[in-house]
Formats: sequence, C-alpha cells, structure tokens
Amino acid sequence: MSFKDKLLSSYIALEDYLEFDSPLHDVRNNAIKIFEEKGFPTKKEEAWKYTSLNTLLKPDYSIYSNKERNVELKNVRKYFLHEIDTYKLVFVDGVYNSFLSETTHDSLDVCLMSAALNKSKYKPVIEAYFNKAAKSDSLTALNTAFTKEGAYIHIPAHKEVEKPIEIINFSTGNEAAIFLQPRNLIVVGENAHVQIIERHQSLSSNEVLTNSVTEIFAEKRAYVDYYKIQNDEATASLIDNTYISQQRDTVCRVHTFAFGGKLVRNNLNFFQKGENCDSTLKGITILEGKQHTDHNTLVHHIAPNCESHQDYKGLFAEASTGVFNGKIIVEKDAQKIDAFQQNNNILIDDKATINAKPQLEIFADDVKCSHGCTIGQFDEDALFYLRSRGIGLKESRALLMYAFANTVLESVKIPELKVRINKLIANKIGVSLGFEL
Amino acid sequence: MLKIKDLHAGLEGKDILQGINLEVKAGEVHAIMGPNGSGKSTLASVVAGKEEYEVSRGYITFENEDISELDPEERAHKGIFLSFQYPVEIPGVSVTNFIKTAINETRKSKKMDDMPASEMLKMIKEKADMLEIDRKFLSRSLNEGFSGGEKKRNEIFQMAMLEPKLAILDETDSGLDIDALKIVANGVNKLKSGDNAVIVITHYQRLLDYIVPDFVHVLMNGRIVKSGTKELAYELEEKGYDWIKEELV
Repeated sequence: MSFKDKLLSSYIALEDYLEFDSPLHDVRNNAIKIFEEKGFPTKKEEAWKYTSLNTLLKPDYSIYSNKERNVELKNVRKYFLHEIDTYKLVFVDGVYNSFLSETTHDSLDVCLMSAALNKSKYKPVIEAYFNKAAKSDSLTALNTAFTKEGAYIHIPAHKEVEKPIEIINFSTGNEAAIFLQPRNLIVVGENAHVQIIERHQSLSSNEVLTNSVTEIFAEKRAYVDYYKIQNDEATASLIDNTYISQQRDTVCRVHTFAFGGKLVRNNLNFFQKGENCDSTLKGITILEGKQHTDHNTLVHHIAPNCESHQDYKGLFAEASTGVFNGKIIVEKDAQKIDAFQQNNNILIDDKATINAKPQLEIFADDVKCSHGCTIGQFDEDALFYLRSRGIGLKESRALLMYAFANTVLESVKIPELKVRINKLIANKIGVSLGFEL
Repeated sequence: MLKIKDLHAGLEGKDILQGINLEVKAGEVHAIMGPNGSGKSTLASVVAGKEEYEVSRGYITFENEDISELDPEERAHKGIFLSFQYPVEIPGVSVTNFIKTAINETRKSKKMDDMPASEMLKMIKEKADMLEIDRKFLSRSLNEGFSGGEKKRNEIFQMAMLEPKLAILDETDSGLDIDALKIVANGVNKLKSGDNAVIVITHYQRLLDYIVPDFVHVLMNGRIVKSGTKELAYELEEKGYDWIKEELV
C-alpha cells in the first residue's frame, strides 16, 4: 500500500471518532478530497522542481503512535531557550506533554489545539480563523484533514506578552518511522505583541517526517516576532507550511535558522491585507553532508503602502543542496509598495548545489521592487587579510562565514536566542574562535 | 632579518616583480617609493604570502629561513605584519574580539596558552591610548563603516597589539589627514626598536617626515632601480620620477 493509500484509509478510521456536528467536519472532508485528488507533490510541479519527496514517502510510517513516549527533562533541557522564562507547548510524538509544558489562560491563551477544537468557549475563534489563511495545496490539506493537536495561542488586544512562547515538537524514535502533523493556530489581537520560537527535534536516528501547518493572524497594529529553529537529525525531515495574514499597521517577522535535517521544505506565505504592513522574512541556512533545504517564500501584497524585506543567507558544504524560491506578488491596487528581496549563497565545496529563483509578479505601476541574488565562493582578499594576522585558514573561513550570516543574526531580538544561535553556528562551522561570538 | 634575492613573482605566469633584491636588518626603516603600477603592493603581498602570486624565481628569507613556501598565517606567526591599503570589513566581529583571536592563534602556534583576559585588556587599553583610539571604537565591527583614517589607525592598532618583528606598511598614509598621520607615525615610532624593522610603502614623501627612513628605494617596472638615504625621498618629491627614468636610459 502506498503512503497515500495508507493515509486515506486512516482518515476513514479517524472519521469514526469525530463529532459530525463539528464545524470542522466539512473542512476536514473537503481537505481529504483535495489530498486524494492531488496526492503528494512531484517534481513535475514548478514549485517542487528542485525538491523530491520520493524517498521520504517510502518508509512505513506510524500515523498514530501508541508506544510509550516518556521524555526526561534532563535529556531535552538543552533544546529549551529557558526553563522558567518562557511559556512552553511541548509535544512528544504528536501528543501533548504536560510535564514539560507551561501553558496559561491568565489574560492570554497558550494552550492546545485539541482543547480549542473541543471546548465550546473557543468555538468562535476556531470558526473565525481556522483554515482561513491556509492555502488548499495537497500537503496543507492533508494536515487540515488530520488536524488533532498543536499549539493554540490567542493574545487578546493590547496585550504585550512578557516572555517568549516556545513550541517544541519532540519525536522519541519509539516507532521505527513516524509521521507527525502538528497544527498551530496563533491569533494576535489588535496592538498585541508576541514572540514565538518553534522547534522540531528528533531524539533518535529513526525516520521522522513532519508535515506542519501554522496559521498566524495579526490584527491591526499587532507585532509578531517568530523564530524557527531547524537543526534536526539527518534522519528527520520537515515540511513546514506557514501562513501569515496581516491586517493594517502590523509588523510580522519570521526568522528561519535552517541548520539541518534530512530534507526541509519551508513554505512561508505572507498576505498583506491592510495598509502599512511590514513583513520581514530572514533566514540563515548552513548545511553539510547530503542535507537539503528548500525555502519557498511568498509575499502577497494585496493592500497599498506596505513594505516587505527578505534576506536569506546560505552556506553549503559537502554535497548539500539548497533551494531558494522567492515569489513576490503585487496586486493592481497595491500601490506604493516597497518590496525587497536578497538571497546570497556561498558554496563551500565543489559538490554543493544551490538553486535560486526569484519570481516577481507586479500588477501595480507605482511600486519599488528589488531583488538580488548572489552565488559565490570565499573572497580570497578577505581570507588573505585574516590569515596575514595569524589566523589559520579554517578559522579565517569561519570568521567570514560568521560575518556573512551576520546581517540576519543581528536582527534577532531575543538576546538569549541570539547567543544560542551563535553557538549553533559555531558548532556547525566546527571551530571555536576563542571568544563568544 | 629579511633578505629578498632576485625575486620574480606575478599572476598567471606574468611577472610583476622582475628581480627584486633587498636586505632589511633589525633596527632599520626602509621606504619603498615608486609610481603607480610599479609593483609596490605586489611586493608587500608576496612577502606576506598572498597565495595568488606565484614566485617564479628567487627567494625570500626571514631570519635566515626560506619562507617562500609558508602560508600567510605561518609568516604572521614568525613576526611578519602587513598593514593593508584596503582593510577588509568583517561585520559582527568586534575589533577587540578580532585582535584577541589573532593574538591567541599566534600563541597557539607557539604552543602557548591563551593570553589571560586581564593581561589582554591591559594591553588593549595601553595601545588604544597610545594611538588615541576611543574605547567605543573597539567594540565596533571590524572595519565596518570605518572612515579611511579609522581603518588605517585600526591597522596600526593591530600592529601594536601583535608586536611584529617586521612591519610592512602599505600606503598607510593614504586617506589620512595630517593629524591622523602624525598619530599613526607617532605610534609606529614608539613601537620601533633595535630588534624590529619597518618597510614603509608610499607614494609621497610626506609620511617620511614623521617616520624617518634609513634607506629609500625606488621601485619601477618591478625592479629597485635606485636606492639612497632619506634625501632621495626629497629629491623625488621635488622632481618626480621622470629623471630616474632618464637616468636609466
């Protein structure tokens, strides 16, 4: 049985458990039809030209794990930004872990999708927002059909959340291969502020495939600062589908730190629905081995007088592969748009590959749109400068890599996170520079 | 200290340096002057070990050891320092962190432990004061957004910290106003001793009023065509290079 068929028959089993009067029931049924019709994307589709899911679909994934899923704090502590100073939503093999989490209902909701779907008090929010920003591509639809668990975050108007919220998905490896589909809904009320960190982390070398969907709604004047840390095992793959819907006067920033995993595909979509929106999409990608990361971004300028800033830096070693596919659409009525996209890449080894493709579709006539893409190697003059000061070749390269990535790093607004990312980068590059970067 | 013998070197099989002979002894200051494109910066880069240059003939010894095959960092560890005409910007790495890395990498090559933090700080303070460098400057990203003068002063600061045996100053005076020039020259003079040597590469005699050379060499078409004392620099300032060309004919 193919993985697709297995999923379709699992859905029939799932349906038996669902309440038929739930508003979600129709949404799920429509979604599974879309998936059944379209199936998994193939390289024949333009948006998947450089990324093949074929090998990922081969293992016999467990879709609902029933195995023991205990995780000891001492084994996972290092994956948390803070033990105390953050809210935490921790999922282990797709199931909520209350011991490792710190939720709240005190003036804001940081809790579970499963609770939000089943309790009547959340019904208005679910009806107003669930699946309203997500596109109906087959992978998002697959997630929608199976929606069961994930983060539910609702920040009321004018609330400035005082500490970051961490969403962490662990997989234990208790199954030989596991398929996970977290579903996150984040609603940020008028003039509210929030910082969120999302991480997917496998704790074994067994196969993991995650197909995650996150919807973020920023009501007018809201501020959303979102960080994705992707530094997973070489047997863990992630398809991340994130949709951000911005009302007027909002600022939304997403930083993606793609430091590994077997295959990572980021479908990051911004929709600017009101005037004076500001969108920032930044990323640092550092890969080695046979790792593959594909950043597929969309900034859809629907309203006038908005800005978008994209800055993606990539360092590719050994036989790793990177893809950057950045699409900007400026609608006819979206005048006075300032859209900027930059993608710079360094190929460290001969066998590394980067496929970069900016796509601009502009239907308005009074816009400022610019994009730049570079693919290069190390600057020999810069290397000579560093080496002439007594710094060895390897360390000099590391310093240049660090300097290269720095424009992205310096806009991280959580100091502890910045330190953490610095350390990850130092580890990735494989040198200690004798000072805290 | 430094001996260059019949040095031919260049890029892609084409020699830019065509038979350089030069000996620099400890305690000496040498000035190398010459028109644009005469090979001055190439000579500096070849001595410091820039890999894209190929040495086709001759050799360079430093303290009686042939260094022609050494990497740039190995030459730095032996005490050769090159002050760049165009220093490179390194965003995100502060001047202080950069110099710490450079010093400790050099110590590591000598199987020494890292310099204790307190000693490092004391030295940084001392050298920064000597060059009238503001403390805030030291926490800025290396060369990023520095003015031409700040870049050059930062080069001399690094030189002061690394305490090289041989310092090659490549066009250190370009981009400096007279006050900055005096501060930089004063710094170089304070670092000067009987045990080290300086090669000053310059277009103009101006810098040599402040860093007084023992010898002046004129480089033309990849060769040293004339050597003399500091008076030669004045003569060049006054008469240009044409009279030397004529003399050569």
